[in-house]
Amino acid sequence: MFEHYLGIFLTSIFIENLALAFFLGMCTFLAVSQRVSTAAGLGLAVIVVQAITIPVNNLIYRYVLQEGALAWAGLPNVDLTFLGLITYIGVIAAMVQILEMALDKYVPKLYNALGIFLPLITVNCAILGGSLFMVERDYNFPESCVYGVGSGVGWALAIIGLAGIRERMKYSNVPPGLRGLGITFVTVGLMAMAFMLFSGIQL
Amino acid sequence: MSSYRKALLEPIFDNNPIGLQVLGICSALAVTTKLETAVVMSLAVIFVTSCASLFVSVIRNHMPSSIRIIAQMTVIASLVIIADQFLKAYMYDISKQLSVFVGLIITNCIVLGRTEGFALKNPPGLSFIDGIGNGLGYAVVLLFVATIRELLGTGKLYGLTVLKLTRDGGWYPANGLMLLAPSAFILIGLFIWAVRTWKPEQVED
Repeated sequence: MFEHYLGIFLTSIFIENLALAFFLGMCTFLAVSQRVSTAAGLGLAVIVVQAITIPVNNLIYRYVLQEGALAWAGLPNVDLTFLGLITYIGVIAAMVQILEMALDKYVPKLYNALGIFLPLITVNCAILGGSLFMVERDYNFPESCVYGVGSGVGWALAIIGLAGIRERMKYSNVPPGLRGLGITFVTVGLMAMAFMLFSGIQL
Repeated sequence: MSSYRKALLEPIFDNNPIGLQVLGICSALAVTTKLETAVVMSLAVIFVTSCASLFVSVIRNHMPSSIRIIAQMTVIASLVIIADQFLKAYMYDISKQLSVFVGLIITNCIVLGRTEGFALKNPPGLSFIDGIGNGLGYAVVLLFVATIRELLGTGKLYGLTVLKLTRDGGWYPANGLMLLAPSAFILIGLFIWAVRTWKPEQVED
């Protein structure tokens, strides 16, 4: 049992890394990876939001949206899966808002450190993508908790790694047309290639 | 008339949403292993950006600015659900291959970026054209990457054999790397390099 959860956790970090294997959350991934400290802040925020929204969306999917899920309310033939997308994005927006208020009240230090990144996370595809993968793979509740934390950690690892490389790259002489965005893409490509070493591992 | 032309053509190379504004890369890359999925994905994005811009522009004077983000998200999410259900009904195989990425058009920054940055300030007709233009800018990059990946990775274009593979008795050894994730990043990097060499004013310092 424990190995099963460990397997999901490690798979979501290394083998099915949201950023490097599925290209999710790329806009923020490329835009906010110039400094390691900001990248770490954003990574932390993503972990927290993933760990909350994926299990919550899992519960909503199981007890409201799934075909036949409304049987407890006396409606066994209702299939609301087509409302999935709009519900998940609503949950994510609401969760980010609640998290923002809670952090502001109880942990103002962390709130100030995360700053603008928290609201930005609402439109980060990694978050919505995580929820959609959870539905597609039909995870149960404990699995979705593990997957939420794991996918967040994987994304954070990738962005911190890229920020580290980009900090060093300031000193290198890049051809003019490739400067900035171009070389960043090529770097991410090489990083993704390195992460593919994990893909042969069976857990 | 010229402003319509500008809104349509400018995003394709001069102000490409992917190459210059760093928007909408998220869902772009995973669907480019085959030309067919890239075409369908591009059409879905063009549909969503243009219609979202149109509808947001129509209601722009009736929308309080404090709730504009959530109102825009609702419009976008509804359009994406329409596109998703349409694909599931009429192109089931492709919709299976696109898996979660059609749904991810909701968080595609191009859509929200255009409604927020353009449609809120401009009349409906112009916003609609601007949406199509940006969708086309996205499509150009997607089709470029997908053509190279499919051709070099499997020797086919749109499912038809162009380069005969060695394993079928031909001369072309398939480049498996092209089908994997990293090649998409590197190809986009090279695409940006090519565009910026052609138009040096886009170079970053």
